This record gives sequence, structure tokens and C-alpha cells, in this order.
Amino acid sequence: MSANTLIHDLLKELPRSVEIFVPELILSATIVLLLLSRVLGCDKKVPPCWTAIIGSLVAFMAVFAQFMYLKTGPDAYTQIVRTLYEVLQLSGDGVGTIGPYFSGLLMHDHFGTFFRLGLLLFLVLVITLTVLTGIPDNEDGPDFYVLMCGSALGMMLAVGTNNLLMLFVAVEMMSVPSYVMVGFLKGRKLSSEAALKYVVYGAGTAGVMLYGISLISGLLGSGSIPEMGDRFAFLMGTKTFSLASGESITLVLGIIMVLVGLAFKLSLVPFHFWAPDAFEGASAEVGGFLSVGSKAAAFALMVRFVLGFDGQLPVLQSLSQFIGLGLGVMAVISMTFGNLAAYTQTNMKRLLAYSTIAHAGYMLLAVSALLVTLNAPGDSKLNAAEEAVHCVEGLTYYLAVYLFMNLTAFAVVALVRNETFSEEISAYKGLISGGPAIKVLCVCLACSFFSLVGMPPFGGFFAKVLIFLPAFKAGHVHWMMWLFVAIGGLNTAFSLYYYLKVLKTIFIDPPPADRPPVEAPALVGWYVALVTLPILILGASPLQDDLSRTAQFVASSLFK
Amino acid sequence: MSDAALLSLTIFTPTIFAVLLMVFDKKAEEGMRVFTLVGTVVTFLLSLMMWQRFDSAEAGYQMQVVCEWIPTWNIAYRLGVDGISLPLVLLTSLVTMLAAVASWSIKDKIRGYLILFLMLETGMLGVFLSLDFFLFYVFWEVMLLPMYFLIGVWGGPRREYAAMKFFLYTLAGSVLMLIAMLMFYYDSSQVTGGKGVFNLIQLTDIARQGGFTQSMQLVAFILLFIGFAIKLPAFPFHTWLPDAHVEAPTPISMILAGVLLKMGGYGIIRIAMPLCPWATQYASWFLVALGVFSILYGAFAAMAQTDFKRMVAYSSVSHMGYVLIGLAVWKINESGQTIRSDHWLMGMQGAMYQMLAHGISSAGMFFMVGVIYDRVHHRDLNKFGGLMQIMPWFSGVAVGIFFAGLGLPGLCGFIGEAFVVLSMWSFSPVLAILAASGVILTAGYILWTIQRVFFGPEYKGPHGEDLCDMNPRESSVAVTLLALAIVFGIMPSIMLDVMNPTTEALTKSLSAGYSNSGGPQPVAVPAPQVSLVK
Repeated sequence: MSANTLIHDLLKELPRSVEIFVPELILSATIVLLLLSRVLGCDKKVPPCWTAIIGSLVAFMAVFAQFMYLKTGPDAYTQIVRTLYEVLQLSGDGVGTIGPYFSGLLMHDHFGTFFRLGLLLFLVLVITLTVLTGIPDNEDGPDFYVLMCGSALGMMLAVGTNNLLMLFVAVEMMSVPSYVMVGFLKGRKLSSEAALKYVVYGAGTAGVMLYGISLISGLLGSGSIPEMGDRFAFLMGTKTFSLASGESITLVLGIIMVLVGLAFKLSLVPFHFWAPDAFEGASAEVGGFLSVGSKAAAFALMVRFVLGFDGQLPVLQSLSQFIGLGLGVMAVISMTFGNLAAYTQTNMKRLLAYSTIAHAGYMLLAVSALLVTLNAPGDSKLNAAEEAVHCVEGLTYYLAVYLFMNLTAFAVVALVRNETFSEEISAYKGLISGGPAIKVLCVCLACSFFSLVGMPPFGGFFAKVLIFLPAFKAGHVHWMMWLFVAIGGLNTAFSLYYYLKVLKTIFIDPPPADRPPVEAPALVGWYVALVTLPILILGASPLQDDLSRTAQFVASSLFK
Repeated sequence: MSDAALLSLTIFTPTIFAVLLMVFDKKAEEGMRVFTLVGTVVTFLLSLMMWQRFDSAEAGYQMQVVCEWIPTWNIAYRLGVDGISLPLVLLTSLVTMLAAVASWSIKDKIRGYLILFLMLETGMLGVFLSLDFFLFYVFWEVMLLPMYFLIGVWGGPRREYAAMKFFLYTLAGSVLMLIAMLMFYYDSSQVTGGKGVFNLIQLTDIARQGGFTQSMQLVAFILLFIGFAIKLPAFPFHTWLPDAHVEAPTPISMILAGVLLKMGGYGIIRIAMPLCPWATQYASWFLVALGVFSILYGAFAAMAQTDFKRMVAYSSVSHMGYVLIGLAVWKINESGQTIRSDHWLMGMQGAMYQMLAHGISSAGMFFMVGVIYDRVHHRDLNKFGGLMQIMPWFSGVAVGIFFAGLGLPGLCGFIGEAFVVLSMWSFSPVLAILAASGVILTAGYILWTIQRVFFGPEYKGPHGEDLCDMNPRESSVAVTLLALAIVFGIMPSIMLDVMNPTTEALTKSLSAGYSNSGGPQPVAVPAPQVSLVK
């Protein structure tokens, strides 16, 4: 292929690529605006938080229009959406067609668009939270929001990744700003230490991942993720999958190294060491942002990566089952370790950090089930193709609920810290006796915690069922999955204890005599109630069906 | 009012009242209490209306409600009532109403208490009325959350420990139930060829036609049984009960003993048995033996207690043993035919009746203990005595209620126990004798307690000056319970007629399910299902 044809092809698909890339461009423009406002001194007149909120809201609307276009086609039901289509000039050949864009580096499909939608919604909610809590102050505002939007941009790239090179770029792009955000509370030793620890770990795993990428692309002769499976099968020819063969062991090594990089982002055991320190050192707002955003992006990335080995050939079957069971072991270790380690925590943010480790384990179970069922031969007992969709559906649903329940938990921690100046669990004693807004915070925290445990009528329960069910069915392919589901179930019971311990402190323990009554502004209560509401809606309302169907719809777009 | 609206309204009336409690002024405590009472009375009236519309001659589910909830997963909002659930619905709304009257003794954080109290009622009624496994599970857990706070915030000195223990035990049981639920969903999809099924009616049909393999039934039955045995409670899963009962405030103890324990029995009869007929029969000896052991163990443990409330709590363990036995006295011959099914039917009716009777007598006993505790603030059996002279009215009613718990003929406790022990005779005379000796032990500890508390020369314990007879509010609760104990003791047919067609249909359906599942011959075990328990 000559340079001329390359440029020609690039130019030909450029309009479509840009049309799809508009939300990211809007976010980039917001970042530039924030930086410029600092230079020109406008940040004194227009608070940077407003620039950030408006920028991310506009980007959100743009993705929303794209998603609606994909879902319902050019004929939208409502006038507003139709207007959006016109403003953004969405076309059937551009956004309407799913497929790779930017010369195959990124992938445009329902799955990616749905995740971008979720990430931008989350970004809007987190920025609103930071406005309410007052971290950062006006002085640091532009820097902070630049970092946050930059990280979000990286996450949006990650969910659309279609190439190994892009995988690395996206992971680094979401990581580097988050290192700085963790250390953002200047002058606090703990914060700097946490940031340093995070950077060193991050750099180490990034190196490992890069090496893995070079192994895979070197072996297969391409960095394109969807081609990995076919190329590997071609390479293997008639040979069966065994770790003794050079090709297999190289590929497995490469895959494991890439997964190490992702496991670091997901804080899975044994790559979780940074998580408790980073969460404790960072402010709760940043903790909330990292625990949900980077996790959602990394899971989407992981799903895309492992689906590169989709294919009905026996050699791919053995490969994906091997990796799947390995991930399953990692999943149960993560959830068990995370839950047990959370028992002895005295700091709320550390407790939540361990809880996120455990939850990453539950979600990894879905990926593990996906790999085990993915290439399994279909028979009368199991429709493998359909089950693989259910696995991704479960993961998507879980992440959607997880967004709200974890955001609620971190928001409450941040808002209570503003009133009591402490994040220790002991500072929460008898908090329920505070003012009306504080009471709302307490009740919302209880809802979030019970949802994290996985109890109905909260969304966390249904999400957990949606993951356990396909994992249980995957047991038909390999019995180990039954064991994993059983351990997952037991973990639900374990985890109750430490969540309840916090709730006990809040609701049952008497408030200390020397503490003045805790009050909070009413607005804060409304915000947290608003974020908590979806937890209930996604657990006990007919809307559950809509999200479940949407999750199924976006998941099925991955399997073509 | 349509049938559909009636059932939903019965479940959600308490929730509506709970939400409305928010608008009350913080100071209007009396108003909130009365409002809550009105809510429970309305619910009780609605459940009476359900009884009035119920056709006792019919066996199947009546007044069914079906609404799509999560059609992608075949989950529906499905309600219905039959001869097994109707008596328990009536019991629930009645006991809750009486507990609302007893709630006047709660003094602090009254709004939170009442809201949780009403949510609890919604959860309990939902469990008894739902016909979808998923919905059942949701209500089952919904009931847990308020219970934790009701014990943990308003309970006695060791309330945190007791609440945590209660929650952990029940949640562990629910998780096992969840896994069983997934198993049924997966296996039913094999039978229907499409989506799995959560609909309990459909699952029961599949089980009756032998759609579930023996090994799968066995694993599912073990999981379900542990989950329900924790609630029942049967030995060795009963240890949460004494702690929870002792620490809970009086009205909550009434609900715990009167309603919550019935959920274990209800779960067995509604889910574990119909869905795993083969496994039920396979385990029948074990279940009966466990029931007998629970009776004896509970009775001996009750005898050894010095805490009044703990004594009553252990008596619950003992009494619920009869329920387990009555359900499980299913005898077959060598070729797998059910024999003496009339005895089994009798046992099942006895079990159901025992649940009702225990709901009334134990709620009454806990209330009576609460009345004394409110006055003297201790429960040490050895420090009581002579109450008959100071509080004659209270003592008279209390002795009546305790006799109902003892199983004195003419009172409600007798019918259930007699039915169960009679039906057992054909199952195993040895075990029947052991179970019957439990009656003697029961008489032993109850009479001894009565003697220590009500008789004797005079009261020497602390706060003797505060002893005064029951006020009208307390009397109304106590007298209602005693009157019901007498009515149920002399006219058992009111409830037996309601249950009869349903229980009879159930025994037939189970027998059919057993022979369709392969009967007594061991069938080659397909490997996958077993590996779960390895």
C-alpha cells in the first residue's frame, strides 16, 4: 500500500470519523477553553466549574443523540432529539453505520456509544459533586477540571478501542491525569505518598502491558484487535492448543501481560496494592471518579480485547477457556480478599477501596463467564452465542448500577467530611441524629450499601443476578464456574458484615456528647437523593426491564 | 374493587401509610401512632375482604394478578392466594395490628420506628402472596432490612450483636436460596426450550411432570431447606433466634415469633417441597427426625432458661419442630406409591394449623412477658412470684395464653400437635412416641414457669412497687389473642376448611411428582449438577 492510497483512504473516511468523534472534540475544546481561561484571566469572572459542567453536558448531549440515532434510527420520536440530530448533522452513513473509524484504530458501535454515554453522565455528576463540596477551590479549578476531563477523554477512547496501539494510548491517557488528581490535595503528605505509589505501580504495569502488546502484535503481525483470533488460528494451522507450543505460549504470555495492565486499572488482586492508599490519600470526589470511571472504561476495554479471540475454531476454544478460567480464579480471589480485608478498616475511604476491589471481582466473573462460553460448542443444553451476550449484558447492567451506588457512597463521604472534617468511621457515630439533610445522607448511604451487598429491592441485587446467572450457565461448559458462583454467593454474605458495621455506627451508636449537631445544606441532600434514586429505580421498577433490554441490545452489537 | 387491586393494595397499604408518616410534625407522636394503627387496621380489613372473596372449596390459586415486570428475564409481578397462604396472610395482618397496639411502649425515635414497622408488614405480606420466585425473593429480603434496624436501634442491651447475627444468618440462607433459584431458572429453560421460568406455578408443573433430575432436586432441596430451616428455625440453625427474640422490643418479638418463623415453614411447603418432590421424599426420614430432635432439644433448652423471654424463644424452636414433622410424614411403599396419604394429609394440615396456633400463642406469650418487663425491667424467672395476687387480671389472661402454648385441649395449640403426632404414628411409632414425649416436656417447662412467676407467696424482685394490672390498651391485645386461642381451639374447622382442598391437591401433586421423577430406583446421575457440592 503506497502512501498515496493511505492518505486517500484516510481522507475518504475522515468526514465520518469526525462526525462520530464530535463528543470527544467537544470535551477537548472544553479542556482548551479551561486552559486558555487561566491564561487570559477569565477564570476569575467565569468559574471554571461552570465551563467544565457546560462542556461535559454538551458532550453528553452529543453522545446521547448518537445513541438515540443508533437505537431508533433517523426518525426520533421527540422533537428535541430530532433537533439534536440536525444540529450535529448526524447521517446514516456516518454515525448510523457501525464499524471501525480513524483507519481502524477506534470502533464505533452500540456498546461503545452506550459506555461513552455512561461515562459522560458520570463526569457531569462528579463535577456537580465537586461544585457542592468545594474541592477544588476557584484557584485550582482550571487545573483540576482539565485533568478530570482529560482522564474522561482517555476513558472514552478506551471504550472504543479497536487496536492494540490504541489500547495502550487510551489506558495511559486515562491514567496519567488520575495520578495527578490523586496527589491534588497539595501539602498533605498522605496524598503525595499515595500519588507516588500510584505512579510507580502504574508505570510498572504500563511497561508490562506494552511488552505484552509487542509480543502479541509481533506474533500475529497486526495490532488490530478483531483480527487477533483469525490470525492466531491461521498461525496454528492444524496444531492443537497446548502450552508446550511456542506460538501458544507466546500468545498466552502476551495476553496475560496485557491483562496485567488492565487488572491494575481494575485493582484486581494481586495488582490492587495501590488502591487503598490511593483512595485514602485522594479526596473522596477523586476516589469516586476513579473507582467508577476508570473501572467502567477498563472493563469495556477488556471485553473488546478478549472478544478479539472470538471464533468457533477448536484452538480458540481452548485458548479462551484457559484464559477465562484463569480470570475466574482471579475474580474469586479478588472478591474474597477485598471483602475480608475490608473487615478491619477504620477509614471510610479505605473501606470503600476494598469494597471496589471486591466488586471488580464480581464484575470480572462476567468476563470470565464470557470467555468460557464464548467459543464453546453449542448444544441442546446451552446456546453459547446467546449466553455470551448475556455475560456482557450482565456486566453492562452491573456497571450502570455500580455508577450510582458507588457515586452515592463517595459523595456521602465527601459531604460528611465537609461537616465533620473526618473520614474515620468513628466520626460517623450517631450521625443519624443530625439535621434533615444529614438524615437524607445517612439513609442514602444505607441504600447504597445495601445495594453494594446485593440486596433487593436495590439495583445491586438484580445486577448481581444478571452476572451470576450466565456464570452459572457457563458451569455447563466447565464445572469450575459453579464453584466460582458458589464462592461469589458466599462473598455476598461475608460482605454484609463490614457494610453493616458502618451502618451500625451511623444508626445505632449514640452520637458523642462533645460533638455539636451536624448540619448540612439542603441542596446537598437533594443531590445525594437524586443520585440514589436510580439505585431504587434499577432494582424495583419496570424501568429495570428497559435497562436490561438496552444492555442486551448494546451487548449484542459486539457479536456480529 | 377488583381482585387484582385487592391483593396489591393489601401488600402496599402499609407502604403508603409509611410514606404518609413523613408529613407528620415531629412532635405529633401520638398522631403518628394512631395513624400507623389505622394503617394496620385497614390492611387487616383488606385481608378479611380477601377471605370473604376466597372460595374455600377450590384448590388452586385464586385472585391471581399477573403484570409484566422484567419480561426479558421472564420475571413477572405475580400474586395469588390459596388455602396455604390465606391463613398466613390473615395471621400476618392480625399480629401486625396487635403489635401496632403494643408499640405504644416504644418511646424514642418514634417516626423511624413506625416507618420501618410498616415496611416490614409490606415485606411479610408480599412473601405470602407472591407467586413468582424472583418476587418472592425480593420480598423476603425487603423484610430483612427493617428487621435489622428494628432490633438494632430499639432493642435491648445486646441489640447490636443480636441484630447482626440475625441478619447474617438470614442473608446466608437467602444466598443459598438465590443459588437454588438460578438452578431452577437454568434447568427449566432446558425443559421449556426457551427462557427459564421464575413462575412458581409453572415450576411446580414442571416438577410434577418430572422435569427436574433427581440429583438436581437433591442439591436444590438442600440449598432451599437450609435457607428455610434458618428461618423456621430448626436445629442446628436456630442459634440466632434466642438472641434476636430476647433483644428485640416487645412488638417486634411478637412479629418475629408470630409471623417471621412461619415464613420458614411456608417456604418449605410452597417452594422446597413442590419444586423438589423426589428430594422431599428422599429426605423425609431425615426431616422427621430433625423435627423430633428440634422438639426435644427446644423443650430441654427452654426448661434450662432463667430469662423469661429466652424461655419463650426456645419454646418456639420446640413448637416449630411439629411443623417440620407434619410436612414430611410422607410414606411410600417399595414400588414408590404413596401409602396412607390421608395420614400425610392430616400431618400437613396439622403443620399448617400449628403455624397458625403458634403465631397466636407465641405472640401472646411475648406480649405478656413484655407487659411485665415494662413494669419491673427485668426478666429473671427466679426473681418473680406472687403476681397472681398483685395482678390478678393479667395473670389470669397470661395463664390462659401459656396454656394455649402448652397445647391444652380446647385451646389452639392442641389441634396442631395432636394432628401431627397422630399422623406420625403411621410413619414411625418410635419417633411418634418421642415427639409425644415432647408434649410432656412442654407441659413441664410451662407449668414450672407459671408456678415460678404467678404463684408463690409474694413478689420479691426489684421494682415491686411498679406492679399494676394491665391498662385497657394492653388488655385489648391480650384478650384478643386469648379469645382467638379459644376460638381456634374449639372450632378448628374455620381454618381447616380453608386449607383442606389445597393441602390435598398438594399431596397428590407431590406423589405424582415423585413417581414422575423416577421413583425409588436410583437413576444414573448426570455429572454436572452434583459437582456443585463437591
